Amino acid sequence: MTNVKSDRKNVVKKSVVAVIDYGMGNLHSVAKALEHVADEHTEVVVTSDPQIIDSADRVLLPGVGAIRDCIGEMHRTGLVPSIRKAMAEKPFLAICVGIQSLMSHSEENDGVACLDHFKGNALFFGSQHKDHDGSKLKVPHMGWNQVKQTIKHPLWENIPDQARFYFVHSFYVVPENKDEIAGTCDYGLEFCVALARDNVFAVQFHPEKSHKDGLQLYKNFLNWDGKPSL
Amino acid sequence: MGLAKRIIPCLDVDNGRVVKGVQFLDIRDAGDPVEVAKRYNEQGADEITFLDITASSDDRETTVHMVEAIASQVFIPLTVGGGIRTCEDIRRMLNAGADKVGINTAAVFNPEFVREAAQRFGSQCIVVAIDAKKVSDKGEPDKWEIFTHGGRKPTGLDAVEWAKKMVAYGAGEILLTSMDRDGTKNGFDLGLTRAISEAVHVPVIASGGVGNLDHLVDGVIEGKADAVLAASIFHFAEYSIQEAKERMMAAGIEMRMS
Repeated sequence: MTNVKSDRKNVVKKSVVAVIDYGMGNLHSVAKALEHVADEHTEVVVTSDPQIIDSADRVLLPGVGAIRDCIGEMHRTGLVPSIRKAMAEKPFLAICVGIQSLMSHSEENDGVACLDHFKGNALFFGSQHKDHDGSKLKVPHMGWNQVKQTIKHPLWENIPDQARFYFVHSFYVVPENKDEIAGTCDYGLEFCVALARDNVFAVQFHPEKSHKDGLQLYKNFLNWDGKPSL
Repeated sequence: MGLAKRIIPCLDVDNGRVVKGVQFLDIRDAGDPVEVAKRYNEQGADEITFLDITASSDDRETTVHMVEAIASQVFIPLTVGGGIRTCEDIRRMLNAGADKVGINTAAVFNPEFVREAAQRFGSQCIVVAIDAKKVSDKGEPDKWEIFTHGGRKPTGLDAVEWAKKMVAYGAGEILLTSMDRDGTKNGFDLGLTRAISEAVHVPVIASGGVGNLDHLVDGVIEGKADAVLAASIFHFAEYSIQEAKERMMAAGIEMRMS
């Protein structure tokens, strides 16, 4: 038996948020932002261990780079079953290329089959992308754009409608079921930047780079019980 | 409403200290890059660029630690440039918490490095820095050339063609500095900025020559820049980022206001 003090410490089980590391780049910013808003009962773990992901209380799926590499690495590291399991049973947040990886298909890299959690595709803006008035728009869509909250959701709590978030992407998601759209943005066209169904939420922007509203979204995720309504 | 134009303060850091002087009334140590970055973040900067101008490469560890410290406390995008010559340099900076790296001279001497870096890390984090000078005479069509070594060495490379080539090689953004204007406070070279911005499909950051807030407005409206970068007007507290944004808004430019 150890002393009473450490026993008591063990009684309060820490809530674990697993940030899935499947080899696609640096997760420093995501982990630091989560730690910044986490309370003392929350532990942020960057991991590629399926057991830790399976036992975590909530799971965050990041993503950077090209979709073929992302999906390829998810399969190569054997993490797809853990990702699917987490999406079936606990609060789950996907960011940036993470949202694209949850679609049926992406047209990046000559077409890549994705995880098919949300029916629909990721499409390219095109290198000749134009604004509504016909003027040229730069691709990637890089910088701070306004997000229209199309549904009420616990992850939008305390974030003003039309708040600006930081984006860097050339592909955007088009879900078949429009009821799954949680937020949109305008860049030459109005497109989906947030998806929600049951315990899964996914965003195209980078909350960890989006100052106080981004941090608020992470805070909401850490407080979320996985139920879609308030 | 849509995508906002960005205002990016630049920290020139030599041996772990912000140089060119930084003055904030309420920070005790205005030379500490971490404190300066935090202050710009609070003022509403859209991104921060950290330019390591340390002459020797002996002290890169200091830079890595500073990038780590900034990235742990400042939750907006951070670009690190200066002395990025290899994929290993990039990997270290990204692991330290940088979101993007700026490649300058190394791209001129070895363009394939840009291609390799973009393939390995993704175009979204590869910013190619271009230092250009006007080489055409009055009456001739405008022409700008790439210079290295702080504007001292010509390369014979046409700036517009070079920018297009760098984008084709995988640059996700161009940081464009006019060596004629840098440090003059006479405003951006708007002809150069516009020529490059119209020639490429990736965002262009205008740099070099900002002396007042109207110069920032001109960079976006006349230069067609997607973002504007400045150092000294913010460092010496002549203007705050907030004031810059208000001026831009008044000129009809979309801004992120916090």
